[in-house]
Amino acid sequence: MEVILALIIAVLTASGIFLTLKARTYPVVLGLTMLAYAVNLFLFAMGRLHLNMAPIIQKDITHYADPLPQALVLTAIVISFGMTAFVIVLSLKARSEMGNDHVDGKGGN
Amino acid sequence: MHIAILPILIPLISGFITLFAKPFGLKVQRALAVASLLVILLFALLGLVYVLEYNYITYQLGNWDAPFGISLVLDRLSALMVLVTTILAIGAIWYAINNNIDKEGEHFHVLFLLQIFGINGAFLTGDLFNLFVFFEILLLASYSLLLHGQGKDRTKAGLHYVVINLVGSTLFLFAVGILYGVLGTLNIADLAYKISQLSSNDTTIVAVAGLLLLLVFGLKAAMFPLYLWLPAAYSKTSAPVAALFAIMTKVGIYAIIRVHGTLFGSKAGELSHYYTPWLLNIGLITLIMATFGVMSAQNFKLQVSYLVLASVSLLLTSVGINTVESLSGTIYYIIHSTLLAGGMFLVADVISRSRGKFGDSLVRAPTFKNAIFVGSIYFIFAIALAGIPPLSGFFGKMMILYGALGHIQQGLIYTIILLSSLLIIISLVKTGSTIFYDTDTQSDALPSATTQSTFYPIIFLMSFAFLMVIFANPLSEFNVATSMQLFDSQSYIDAILGMKEGDI
Repeated sequence: MEVILALIIAVLTASGIFLTLKARTYPVVLGLTMLAYAVNLFLFAMGRLHLNMAPIIQKDITHYADPLPQALVLTAIVISFGMTAFVIVLSLKARSEMGNDHVDGKGGN
Repeated sequence: MHIAILPILIPLISGFITLFAKPFGLKVQRALAVASLLVILLFALLGLVYVLEYNYITYQLGNWDAPFGISLVLDRLSALMVLVTTILAIGAIWYAINNNIDKEGEHFHVLFLLQIFGINGAFLTGDLFNLFVFFEILLLASYSLLLHGQGKDRTKAGLHYVVINLVGSTLFLFAVGILYGVLGTLNIADLAYKISQLSSNDTTIVAVAGLLLLLVFGLKAAMFPLYLWLPAAYSKTSAPVAALFAIMTKVGIYAIIRVHGTLFGSKAGELSHYYTPWLLNIGLITLIMATFGVMSAQNFKLQVSYLVLASVSLLLTSVGINTVESLSGTIYYIIHSTLLAGGMFLVADVISRSRGKFGDSLVRAPTFKNAIFVGSIYFIFAIALAGIPPLSGFFGKMMILYGALGHIQQGLIYTIILLSSLLIIISLVKTGSTIFYDTDTQSDALPSATTQSTFYPIIFLMSFAFLMVIFANPLSEFNVATSMQLFDSQSYIDAILGMKEGDI
């Protein structure tokens, strides 16, 4: 389970970085989204991976899943949603004002 | 004591009240914004008075004991930073109101107050994840403020600024994740305590997380090689926003002092102050690049942006020197450079508007009405920012250089700082003579584009260059006590965790 999750995070991060370095706003936005997914999974995994464990304290249970990273991830997801929405609107605005979707506003292909 | 949360709550609440006050017109919004800033100023002063008496004021949100809940910490440095932010914000909003810059788009005052909310939160929080959240708040407000008033150049600079900060946020979360995974806590005091107990197997990974955090804070503070967004963003946005942004880079510096200084302080064993050589050398490189930027800038606003960069890199260097003297010099220089660089952006705007179609580009242009008055103000600001006696910049630089005495890289530090000061002085002299002396005498003087009220906020910010010199002695005593408090990370841990005395 750990290996699969680590690989998923690695692939997401790598593709995120690759896309962020592109010169068009659309791939950049996609790259940022992928980076956000990767970091959310990473934060989630920091509570260690467990199966069938209670997150809330009860009398007869000794092993718990850590609930804090889940709360952190929730916050991070909300923030990254907001930021993605903002950057999409901004790149649309840039597209209409500069006449093309190059990040430096340069024309051509 | 609720004093620790008031500088966060007041701008948040008044920000939303200002949003809903829109139907009542801009006048009401202006009054609300100014009134709430004055209230924050009152509480910032009160907070400083309390801190002088009690040293630490902690506030546990929801009454959850640290390290389980989120702690807010008001100590000497955070109280001072909140005060400086408020003073700068008053100057900036005063200028925006007097020159109708807030009419260029909607909701200027709402965004402005939310920006203050984010900045004050970042200064007051004692929790790493909460710091991330406040960073996002201040960034989102700054994105909107940066783009406020529209324009093609602003959109382009804004896009770069947003994308690089989003990448920075992702890195921040990676670092937070690593620290939580290894240490199991995110409270800064508790992190420092856990790092002092760290087993040697885990030191490398914590060191990696610490350097990732340094990268993130360095991005906010615009350190080499992550500074390229700063000149573009700051020179393109409107003057009061650029002035307010003078504090934003200092948020990065503050975060380095707070987080790294506490986490990797003298108790951290192997990791004790391991980040300082990085800071010192990167700071020196940034200073060189900033000096080149100041020398090569083709227009004045860009030059001021590079001056902000130069002051930031000096601060990075002096945090990297890491002595009590250099840190107290850092604090003095933070106050000076925030207020004066903010004021310089306003001066740049006055010059740019006065010169009509020539704007702020450094070319020969006809002179303008009241050029002598504007020139005198420019002269004072230039003296202060370049660090020539008798104004505050000189004292700040002197304190930092004094702190560098006896450092292993003393020669290098002195050479680079003094050479860059010289080159900045020459560039500012050249700028001043291009704008005010070497004018096109053939054509008539341009009509005045400013009113008397334009200059009130500028003179307000300028007065601190004098006040900081007149009150240099009590101020530097305060700064020395502050930096001793910062070096004493044990008392920070005790104040927040409220136990574990003698455990380390």
